[in-house]
Amino acid sequence: MKEAQGHNKTKKFGMVIDLDKCTGCGACMVACMAENNVSFREDESDKQLSTAWMRVYKMTNGKPFPDADVCYIPRPCMHCEGHGGHSPCVSVCPATATDYDNNTGIVSQIYTRCFGCRYCMVACPYHARVFNWWDPVWPADMEKMLNPDVSVRMRGVVEKCSFCYHRYQRAMEKAHYEERHEIEEDEYQTSCTQACPAGAITFGDLNNPDHTVNQLVKPDNRHGGRPKNPHAFRLLERLGTNPKVYYLSSREWVIRAGDNYVKNENH
Amino acid sequence: MKIDRRSFLALTIGGAAGTALTPLPWKLTDDSSIWSQNWPWTPVPAKGENSYAYTSCTLCPGGCGLMVRMVGDRAVKIEGLEGHPINDGGICILGLSGLQLLYGATRVKTPLKRIGKRGEGRWEKISWDEALANVTAKLGQLRDANQSHTVACILGSKHGTTSTLFKRFMTAYGSPNVMTTPSVQDTLEMTLQVMHGVEAEAGFDIENSDYILSFGSGLIEGWGSPVRMFRANSAWRENGVKVVQVEPRLSSTAAKSDQWIPINPGTEAALAMGIAHILIKESLFDNDFIENHTEGFAGWKKMVLDEYTPEKVAAITGVGKTAIVRVAREFAGADKPLALCGRGCGDTPGSLAEAMAVHTVNALVGSINREGGVIAVPMTAYAAWPDMTMDSMAQSGMVKSRVDGAGSDKFPLAASLLNRFAGGVIAADAYPVNALLISGANPVYATPDAQAFKKAVEKIPFVVSFSSYMDETSMNADLILPNHVYLERLEDVPVTAGLQKPMVGMVQPVVYPLHDTRHAGDVVIELARSMGGSVGDAFPWDNYEACLEAVLGEKWDALSEEGLWQDENFQPAEWGEAFETASGKFEFMNSAMGLMPSYVPLSLEGNASTFPLLLIPFDSMRLASRFISDPPFVIKAVEDTVLKGKEMCVEINPATAKSLGLANGKSAVLSTPKGGARVKIYHYDGIMPGVVAVPRGLGHTADDKYMAGKGANFNALIGPVEDRASGLDTAWGIRAKLAKA
Repeated sequence: MKEAQGHNKTKKFGMVIDLDKCTGCGACMVACMAENNVSFREDESDKQLSTAWMRVYKMTNGKPFPDADVCYIPRPCMHCEGHGGHSPCVSVCPATATDYDNNTGIVSQIYTRCFGCRYCMVACPYHARVFNWWDPVWPADMEKMLNPDVSVRMRGVVEKCSFCYHRYQRAMEKAHYEERHEIEEDEYQTSCTQACPAGAITFGDLNNPDHTVNQLVKPDNRHGGRPKNPHAFRLLERLGTNPKVYYLSSREWVIRAGDNYVKNENH
Repeated sequence: MKIDRRSFLALTIGGAAGTALTPLPWKLTDDSSIWSQNWPWTPVPAKGENSYAYTSCTLCPGGCGLMVRMVGDRAVKIEGLEGHPINDGGICILGLSGLQLLYGATRVKTPLKRIGKRGEGRWEKISWDEALANVTAKLGQLRDANQSHTVACILGSKHGTTSTLFKRFMTAYGSPNVMTTPSVQDTLEMTLQVMHGVEAEAGFDIENSDYILSFGSGLIEGWGSPVRMFRANSAWRENGVKVVQVEPRLSSTAAKSDQWIPINPGTEAALAMGIAHILIKESLFDNDFIENHTEGFAGWKKMVLDEYTPEKVAAITGVGKTAIVRVAREFAGADKPLALCGRGCGDTPGSLAEAMAVHTVNALVGSINREGGVIAVPMTAYAAWPDMTMDSMAQSGMVKSRVDGAGSDKFPLAASLLNRFAGGVIAADAYPVNALLISGANPVYATPDAQAFKKAVEKIPFVVSFSSYMDETSMNADLILPNHVYLERLEDVPVTAGLQKPMVGMVQPVVYPLHDTRHAGDVVIELARSMGGSVGDAFPWDNYEACLEAVLGEKWDALSEEGLWQDENFQPAEWGEAFETASGKFEFMNSAMGLMPSYVPLSLEGNASTFPLLLIPFDSMRLASRFISDPPFVIKAVEDTVLKGKEMCVEINPATAKSLGLANGKSAVLSTPKGGARVKIYHYDGIMPGVVAVPRGLGHTADDKYMAGKGANFNALIGPVEDRASGLDTAWGIRAKLAKA
């Protein structure tokens, strides 16, 4: 069966977020919550306990008035490839509840396998994973808005951004039904990409030169996916996590804030 | 049996080996983890047929198109409609959360009658028949006693068929007291009325402009049609359009702009006048426009040259002379420059002289009714309403003076002054207000000086809320006649939020009404009919849908099928035909009314020694501050530098905080002449020393636990300041002090 589909090229789904366009409006966060049945509680102001797959952080340049500057930075799961699929979380999971899919480059999370040890949360340098300390509750009639394509998580498991993998499955099913082996770029887009009112998020196959993400960042796979575009960067790139989420910014201080540089060091 | 060392060891080792080999403990661990993760109360979403339903959003004036993902008869997700001229697939955070309003706990499920004290929250469920009979009886009684004019009505929007039905009802019934939620659009309309002599909405061709000068407008913080503005902002980035933001605080708009010019709060008009000064002095203005299409330039020019020299403007605004000159030259040097006003998301109307000053900056460079400029978009009479007869009662009621003073000799330009309503009710100079109908608005929360407004409502003996939600206004009503939420109803939504051409969207029901609610339009028609006489005759339709179909005429087909109607052929009037003033030209001044573009300083309440700081509000896309309260998803996305636990954060410059001894993250008490609140100190380098800022949209007291009791309501900290010319609220802030808690 695998052989029959041999012309399937390995995909590497990734995201490019243009921080010059991002306005920090938070639509991506809620688009994600609504799509992925993310639960909510009465007080969500303790952000360490707040479940959000996509989180928009506010960064400041640390300068006093009037030279202060602010930049918002949306942070989904980075779907790290590491070297050969050794993403930090996958390497430590004792339950194989999270895995790196070599066909798509997506790091999965299987809730029914997870037994809540939270090693992966410790391993993730991006705080992209959250633990369910409580049972989810949807008050009034709100259970009616749950998406049947995404399982509802129970207390005691870790969850994170899946790059809306269920949308990939749906698109592939449709393609197979129509006797196609491949899907078009616009057939599989994440919920946050679709919703972003500023058009700041681009999603697609980083390996496919026809896809916008590839054109935007020109990832160089021989050098761990490092892009040539001087405005492009990845978070904590020097940890070697090889993330698949790229950022674009024309502001030097923003690019520098993306990694831990010592003073006077060039990026 | 004797247990010797040998058998003991054999037993222990054998037992250990046996335990390790048997799958039992592993099986038990596995089972228990599966069992522990399958709590029966963790819901499993029901499957069903997938489809999409199409409608429009009504949560703000933006007019986005929506596609709602349906699974069976459940609405599971709201998405932006691809190909829609406003949002083309994009959608804002509030629009995305609409289903939480539909399915949420804040819905009013049946008509309710108050049985406790006002605001106590004790209600009795009643039938629609009883509710309607109740209102008919009360309104009938007042009318019979020649008191029809003592009934007031507050509406969320002045446009659209539902609002028109309410207004028509009030006219037929005989009361002039219809008020609408104010915004900067009101001031801009007046500006066009005075300077162009036309009745029109101000449209902005932002997509085609190549230089944006914003006087404090939160271009990406809810101003205009938010998603349209986001898209424009991205296009500006791509096309290298320069954006200059003038504002005392580093807002998201300021952070995204190419240049942020911090300015002393409230002095934006002075800067606009300073820029006008340079444009005139250096002859950078559009000669053709000024020579051929304007009136009164010479007189106004003299005043500008005398009064608004860069030195004087720099002293008022705190903006350096070189910056003033540079911005003026850049503005004039651009092909299609555009200046914008309306602070934050534009909910405070602001001063008329200021809107005129900014409009004049556009006029000087000819950015009027042309590509990339301000466009006067005539209020479309897209719906044709039949004539109606008013009986003597209605006629005598309609000529009475209004409670809010709109349209009076003092405020001839104003059509509605909600900011003056509370004062009018409490003073009751001409007559008391005996009944109040409120639809599509939450004025008890959203009107500046919220306490005074609540007091006014307490004074009104009969208050009816048409809200779908148990919001602050419903809480203080005597009777709630719940409307369907927008996802359950049919309605037309004219979009007037600064678009270049007339556009009307259609709201179509995507789910059957969940509760025993009724369309407010249907309720008005029923009320009128049960009143009978000429009031009933003014409503010849069986129901709202029949009314909508009748008044839309030919547009009904387009609207019900396409969900959208645009006046494709609309072209802005050429300069030669654009102005309908007495002179037939653009008028810099209106001497009869004593109006001209200028800087009128606001005298702030409270004295500077008791209240040494200036408090200004800020708007954020993550906080809804109008008649809709933030649903749980949105409040969840609020940053912890805005809301922490039950306390909202106050932004203060670290230098100011240091001088007051206020440490970052510590609790403090913020007080103004109007009220006080417990807040958390947030040191922010992006705010001017001496100025502090709090968000608008927090501090709800009604709704559910996800929304209520978080932070303080800015409207309870500030009071309206009346603009001398327009009567509208022009308060951009208030004096304040901060003390350690």
